[in-house]
Amino acid sequence: MISRTKRTSLWLLGLTAGLILTILISLNLGTMSISPIDVWRTMIGQGTDQNQLVLFDFRLPRIVIALLIGAGMAISGAILQGVTHNDLADPGILGINSGAGFAVVLFIYLTQNSLTSTVFILPLAALGGAVLAAALIYLISWKNGVSPIRLILVGIGINAAFSALIIVFQLKMDPDDFTKAQIWLTGNIAGTDWSYTLALLPWIVILLPIAFYKASTLDALHLGDETAQGIGANVEKERIFLLVIAVALAGASVAVGGAIAFLGLVIPHLARKLVGARHHHMLLTSALLGALLLLVADTIGRNILSPSEIPVGIIVSLIGGSYFVYLLMKS
Amino acid sequence: MAIRTDNNMQSRPLLALLIIFGGIILLMAAMILSIIYGAADIDLPTIWQSLTQFDPSQTAHQIIRNLRIPRGLAAALVGAALAVSGAIMQGMTRNALASPSIMGVTAGASFMIAVAMAISSQVTTISLAIWAFAGAGLGAGIVFGVGTISKSGLTPVKLALAGTAVTSMLSALSSGIAIHFNIAKDMSFWYAGGVASVQWIHVKLLAPIVIIGLILALLLSKSITVLNLGEDVARGLGQRTVLTKIIATTVVLLLTGAAVSVAGTVGFIGLVIPHITRFLVGVKYQWIIPAAAVLGALLLVLADTASRMVNPPFETPIGTMTALVGVPFFLYLARREGRGL
Repeated sequence: MISRTKRTSLWLLGLTAGLILTILISLNLGTMSISPIDVWRTMIGQGTDQNQLVLFDFRLPRIVIALLIGAGMAISGAILQGVTHNDLADPGILGINSGAGFAVVLFIYLTQNSLTSTVFILPLAALGGAVLAAALIYLISWKNGVSPIRLILVGIGINAAFSALIIVFQLKMDPDDFTKAQIWLTGNIAGTDWSYTLALLPWIVILLPIAFYKASTLDALHLGDETAQGIGANVEKERIFLLVIAVALAGASVAVGGAIAFLGLVIPHLARKLVGARHHHMLLTSALLGALLLLVADTIGRNILSPSEIPVGIIVSLIGGSYFVYLLMKS
Repeated sequence: MAIRTDNNMQSRPLLALLIIFGGIILLMAAMILSIIYGAADIDLPTIWQSLTQFDPSQTAHQIIRNLRIPRGLAAALVGAALAVSGAIMQGMTRNALASPSIMGVTAGASFMIAVAMAISSQVTTISLAIWAFAGAGLGAGIVFGVGTISKSGLTPVKLALAGTAVTSMLSALSSGIAIHFNIAKDMSFWYAGGVASVQWIHVKLLAPIVIIGLILALLLSKSITVLNLGEDVARGLGQRTVLTKIIATTVVLLLTGAAVSVAGTVGFIGLVIPHITRFLVGVKYQWIIPAAAVLGALLLVLADTASRMVNPPFETPIGTMTALVGVPFFLYLARREGRGL
């Protein structure tokens, strides 16, 4: 029997290797297939102009953004599950995604702007929506404290409310904006360029380390409120701080990638299975797994019906949803 | 579970009768309101004339006969169908959250309609309905299946979660199909359409199914009252619970499938109306089912009329109007539910 830490290191190593391999495959596949040798040549600056354009301006930003969103959503889910000590919590189920979605749809509707021209403001709008949804859920579930089950049921209700509102505004849009919003709501990272990546990067780069730093607090909260208080954690304050981090991560990811469901739910589960429940290991594994899953899903969505694309959210929903149903049957 | 703790084991037949007959009168009034109000305002004498001395050359008569009346009738039928489906589901599963939209039935139906529209651009109303039935069965089958297979059984929370999961999977698939086959706009018009574009053919399709469904539901109502006491009690009283459940599920699928195929996804009626009805008339499903049918019809006709009044000349999707009523109610249930679980 190998030790836990050693096992974790092995998994982390394996996942990193898998990630690098997937990145290479993803660079290589597409409407225009570029052979691995040409990928390499282009990477070291000796490729043709056309290859350079496809790889650096189309595929690479999309890959980076898939990695960022995957990691962001997964960590958001992991934090939410730790904070609510409920393994079924996730930004999608709690209605945080649809809150962000509502804000974005409202924003598109009010400004009549296309999605591309507002790339730096959209994350802020989404963030506002996510915070609004989270605050509503927290306030409505509050009744001498926040019971995890109540939190989830209230989340389902909030989700329904925002989904209804989204439809109202969506139906008032002109056909072009409508289809864009629809694709966005399904979860999609097509048509990304570096500006999207740059819009998202600071959020992830700042928030992920904070999440990792708070790993031991999450460990304490996951044990339950009484135990956490017993070992000296200021439960309510820590909970709100961590919720803010989770909501910010989800909001920023959703703003760029759309409402990708199930990622935040499923990845922490898998990570827990692989390396155990301690957040020091689990969070890192979740980040890698989330990045990997989203990149794999996007690569599949991009290629399976090429030249037309399947939004990545659909692929993730299918993979994640089946796994979630399996979890429900086992629990 | 909330229903059981709520049960004060009383039934109020007089109030129930009052609700049923008073409700029918109110329903008539609401239908007239719904016929009067719209993009073209119409007065009462014209309505009467269009019924007694129909003159095809008059636009107002045409509007009344071919747009407003079928629309009002369809709203009433859909409301009744969804409310009764919800009542049966809640009674049968003793689960306060059971309802067509939460349990994946509506998502299943919309999924199959996406499939139908993708396969052929010229789908007839009838075949659309058949697809919706199949889809309703698919959605409910998966959600029920997950709940039943799982070790700790069908708790309300698990049901809500399984329903949410299956719903988002199926709607992801639907929008995938919609985007890929370029039918997104058709789909979402149907999805949020409500009863705006209902024609007589829809009513002719809907009416017999809903009437048969309601009769079956009334015949079953006594068994559902017994089943609501708990499966063991029901078996002890000599009820063939499996048979009751199979028939009841079939009725639910018939009613929901028909409603969804005509009106798209109208949420929350099936959740809210049975609760209100139970609160008013007590625990006997012999009274709950007819009263829920009347109240459901009334609520949907009013919601449909309101959807035209909110932001004229645009129509607000009817699902939004029902969500406006339904979500606060759901949140109230969720707050209460959290304590006993």
